[in-house]
Amino acid sequence: MSIVCEKDKLQKQHQLRIKEICQGFGGEHSELINILHACQGYFGYLPAEVQEEIGMQINMPVSKVFGVVTFYSFFTMKPKGRFPISICTGTACYVRGADKLVDEFQRELGIDVGQTTGDGKFSISTLRCVGACGLAPVVMVGDKTYGHVSPNKVKKILKEYKKEE
Amino acid sequence: MGKINITIDNRELQVEEGTTILEAAKGIGIDIPTLCHMKLDDLDVENKPAGCRLCVVEVEGRRNLAPSCATDVYEGLKVRSNTMRVVNARRTVMEFILSDHPKDCLICPKNMECDLQDMAARLGVREIPNHENCEMSTYRLDTSPSIVRNMDKCIMCRKCETMCNDVQTVGALHAVGRGFEAVVSTPFHMDLDDTTCTYCGQCVAVCPTAALTEVNHTNKVIRAIADPTKTVVVQTAPAVRAALGEDFGMEPGNLVTGQMVAGLRSLGFDYVFDTDFGADVTIMEEGTELLNRLGKHLAGDKDVKLPILTSCCPGWVNFFESQFPDMLDIPSTARSPQQIFGSLAKTYFADILKIKREDMVVVSIMPCLAKKYEAQRDEFKVDGNPDVDLSITTRELAHLMKQANLNLVNLPEEDFDQPMGESTGAGVIFGTTGGVIEAATRTAYEMHTKKELVDVEFHQLRGFEGIREATVDFDGLDIKIGIAHGLGNARKLLEDIRDGKSEFHAIEVMACPGGCIGGGGQPYHHGDSSILKKRASALYREDAGKKKRKSHESPAVIKVYEEFLGAPMSEKAHHLLHTSYFGKKKSGPQIVED
Repeated sequence: MSIVCEKDKLQKQHQLRIKEICQGFGGEHSELINILHACQGYFGYLPAEVQEEIGMQINMPVSKVFGVVTFYSFFTMKPKGRFPISICTGTACYVRGADKLVDEFQRELGIDVGQTTGDGKFSISTLRCVGACGLAPVVMVGDKTYGHVSPNKVKKILKEYKKEE
Repeated sequence: MGKINITIDNRELQVEEGTTILEAAKGIGIDIPTLCHMKLDDLDVENKPAGCRLCVVEVEGRRNLAPSCATDVYEGLKVRSNTMRVVNARRTVMEFILSDHPKDCLICPKNMECDLQDMAARLGVREIPNHENCEMSTYRLDTSPSIVRNMDKCIMCRKCETMCNDVQTVGALHAVGRGFEAVVSTPFHMDLDDTTCTYCGQCVAVCPTAALTEVNHTNKVIRAIADPTKTVVVQTAPAVRAALGEDFGMEPGNLVTGQMVAGLRSLGFDYVFDTDFGADVTIMEEGTELLNRLGKHLAGDKDVKLPILTSCCPGWVNFFESQFPDMLDIPSTARSPQQIFGSLAKTYFADILKIKREDMVVVSIMPCLAKKYEAQRDEFKVDGNPDVDLSITTRELAHLMKQANLNLVNLPEEDFDQPMGESTGAGVIFGTTGGVIEAATRTAYEMHTKKELVDVEFHQLRGFEGIREATVDFDGLDIKIGIAHGLGNARKLLEDIRDGKSEFHAIEVMACPGGCIGGGGQPYHHGDSSILKKRASALYREDAGKKKRKSHESPAVIKVYEEFLGAPMSEKAHHLLHTSYFGKKKSGPQIVED
């Protein structure tokens, strides 16, 4: 979902949603991480305008909100694709060739880790251990898990989603 | 709190519970190296992110080394601060820091004034293993009207962040990113000019490296002096004379007014004048404005805005313009002494010399970085020509004098030129917290009561507490005065006004802790806030030694009103000596209908 209609602008309905989330956590500074989690859960990502509005709502300098967003790798300022691809690079997956999967997904989609394809369909990220080490190496697309993935299976996985509109 | 027995380097001592190892060691003269710890006792400010890891020590019974700045003492603690294990660890840490730091020290703005450079020398670092192959973190150079951010040189001590957030409550800077990417930055890495930054320069004042420095105008000053078609006039702010000596190795608190004048004249300025003259005129305008508002208030006018707030400090003006845009009608409209001086120099004094304003260059020597921004504001220009062309800091003046082979210590004492070099003690104390309001009180008292003020020293207005209150008896009328220094303290007084809880008639605000003597352009105090007190007492000494100590008694002030301005708040005075304020958008997106 792209929630920013124009740079530095935010729709009223989105402002109200941010306000509700902040109020739900009592507007407390100590709840910033929970507020950011909830906002990212709702919007999918945390663009500058959302961070600024959070700062306004809980009366915190936006520099600090931005500092926290950039510190935790979970938070993202870029919209993820409709089908977010997460490649596990935890120890078990790594020793079984996760780095080659990263290369293959990047090559197939023409984007780097942390980026989204131009049509907004796919994005690639890496994460550390999804608790399915017996299936290593593991890739997740959205909520669906793929185990024992090898580079030559990458094309097939992507094909499943490419035909979806 | 109880006393605790500890041992540091085989010396037994007793310290208060809650003391850190670093402080306990300092108490017995052991100076443990650190780059990120900063404690400004007089301001109740402490920065201890335990980030630099240089202060590590060995603690008996502990497996790893402990950061002494963030480790509290406990009964029976045994510390070794200088074992070879510690020395080796410190040097390794320093090598890591230097591996991601540019090595252009010879031409760096902080060359010979850099805490990192000093520390590298102190720890005996002579090589950085494998640094040729090291990748360095690099950032965009950000130049604003006052401050340059060169974050390639940031070592993440986060002192600037503490000043910007905890002391000043401005919130323009914060630590961003993590690991190799970690740096202190603005929201979304935007230009400083687009943030809530007030240019107070307190971040620059505490930066250990050249990550944050002032915009240097010394070369422009040199070019102006060298241009034979220009008449170059210089004005010097009060706080400069109380600190300039420090950059020439003199003890803090030395007054160097006469030597500074001699130095400026020797540099080739055509006229060496005093911003204190501008300050005296400020008092005439601001004092009159206070009495006008007070008179209306006493006559029952409900619309009159009280308290009146001082407006001499450009950092403070930037602060209320961005943080309190709904309260722009409360501050005095009087321009700052720098701008009043500039305006009169290019009208009154240019007329005397019979030259055009375009042929005059006004240079100001300021303890301040926000003055650079103030000088280039559009309100203070006539057809694009600024009243003050170039504003340089105390530090820049020291550099300029050294470049010209002038050692302040060896210079004779000389007097300012006339007519704009004459000033009173009231103008001098503008440089310290409480000084502006004391100067205003001396004049407003006599204007209001029509009686002579015999004892001009208002000790109830002096001091170093962040927020002070005092009541001055104006012959039966109690005038309630508030004073704040440091923008965090000013914020508290402003919020009280907004909530209708303020009972003050007048409030003085200075953005920097200590006032201008602690300005962002002063010689570096390296975390020793006692230096600020010495500078303040130097200004009070100069005031006490002045023949005239009330602004309205200055012959130069009387003359400029008689011959040029008419009366305070006259139409001409209003045009040349007053200004207006503009609300700046506080951060936040514009909300649009769905």
